[in-house]
Amino acid sequence: MNPFLDKIMHNRVVITGLGIWSCLGTSLDEVTKSLHDGKSGIGMDMERKAWGYRSGLTGIVAKPELKGILDRRARIGLSEEAEYAYMATLEAMKNAKMDMSWVEKNEVGILYGNDSSAKAVSEAIDTIRLKKDTTLLGSGSIFQSMNCTVTMNLSTIFKLKGINFTISAACASGSHSIGLGYLMIKWGLQKHIICGGAQEVNPFAFGSFDGLSAFSIRENEPTKASRPFDKDRDGLIPSGGAATLILESYESAIERGAPILAEVVGYGFSSNGEHISNSNVDGQVRSLNMALNDAKLAAKDIDYINAHATSTPGGDLAEATAINEVFGECKPLVSSTKSMTGHECWMAGASEIVYSMLMMQNNFVAPNINFENPDEASAKLNIAKTTTEKNIDVFLSNSFGFGGTNSSLIIKKVK
Amino acid sequence: MTQAEIIERINAFLVDEFEVDAEKINPDANLRETLGLDSLDYVDLVVIIESNFGFKVVAEDFINIHTFQNFYDYVDRKVAEKATV
Repeated sequence: MNPFLDKIMHNRVVITGLGIWSCLGTSLDEVTKSLHDGKSGIGMDMERKAWGYRSGLTGIVAKPELKGILDRRARIGLSEEAEYAYMATLEAMKNAKMDMSWVEKNEVGILYGNDSSAKAVSEAIDTIRLKKDTTLLGSGSIFQSMNCTVTMNLSTIFKLKGINFTISAACASGSHSIGLGYLMIKWGLQKHIICGGAQEVNPFAFGSFDGLSAFSIRENEPTKASRPFDKDRDGLIPSGGAATLILESYESAIERGAPILAEVVGYGFSSNGEHISNSNVDGQVRSLNMALNDAKLAAKDIDYINAHATSTPGGDLAEATAINEVFGECKPLVSSTKSMTGHECWMAGASEIVYSMLMMQNNFVAPNINFENPDEASAKLNIAKTTTEKNIDVFLSNSFGFGGTNSSLIIKKVK
Repeated sequence: MTQAEIIERINAFLVDEFEVDAEKINPDANLRETLGLDSLDYVDLVVIIESNFGFKVVAEDFINIHTFQNFYDYVDRKVAEKATV
């Protein structure tokens, strides 16, 4: 970090609430069990095949039933991913003991990762083409279609009065939202921020990605298709949902009597400055080292690394090389939960912090399922093939995205 | 379509989509106040009328619709005009 910034206010930043809605489950308890059991959330969506997809594989995510929970005006502005984000945030705020009467009297912000709302946009364009009348889009379309659909809707529903915008940074969006929330609280600009990431799961969201031949076509074995670091991987599986974390200053958490689940101690970021879709070892190493420096920790202090590894040959190779370059001498346990979830894209950087938090709270490392045969780079890592019972004091989570955006977060148990 | 059928269909979507309490719907009640309509809701009313009755309401037409009965009569008239055409 900039030495000038280190001289200004330096609040401790803690996590006081978690919420999740994913293909591994729709509550923290359910997701904890799936992680411990090494259960895959991947299945087939035949509709994608009908639309000409190369691969019909996807994370299978339940649709929330919001009628009866939210009124009509609130519901019709919610895109698919904003519905997931609402459910995850509801759970996180409940766990953080933030009720509406408290929120309305205090300055709570929201920084959430999201980088598309393709279904809402596609449906609106179909209506325009069919009806040739924009009024017939209805009043909810614009609030569903904009990239900031999550922050726009949730700030209204939860009556938030603090910082309020969306972070769009491809598959690092969720991670950067936590990193930016951490910096804002650390430097005293905000006391409480809802952070997270959301990802739509529908055929309109992933067509262009499928078109790059980036997805696994191991359709006869859906639960074995996502195999990060394995020599026989053939691509990623798209997935989604939403994950929310409540970040706040340590003082605020103490004052509120909120549960202090862990502390955010390091945020590293970088840009590759190279290819739009290919990974780059140097950019990842810079992000990892920046996070360690910010946390004032050494590589040996990290107990577990939740890898970004998506199950693509090139991406996993670069990350295994980068992790080995920084952590090669101490070899912390590594796993990619994408082996179970698939790639949750804009949400992944946030969901993988939630998954790792659940491991930290329950003393285990979730397995990198389907890791059967290493390649030359992954053979140098200490990859958890099976569920490993282990105390985790400090973990690091990587997220990398198109355009060469990199983010690394370090979370520490508060003792 | 008879006016009774039109009324039944309108009341059904107002209860289902606009979540108004069925007991609050009566011909002399004020439509905007009963449904709690704001400017965004009128757009959705246009959409739901189009999908149910196949004609497009122009915004100016709402000026003269105050009660539920005004609304039923308006839709009845437009449906009849459409049938004539």
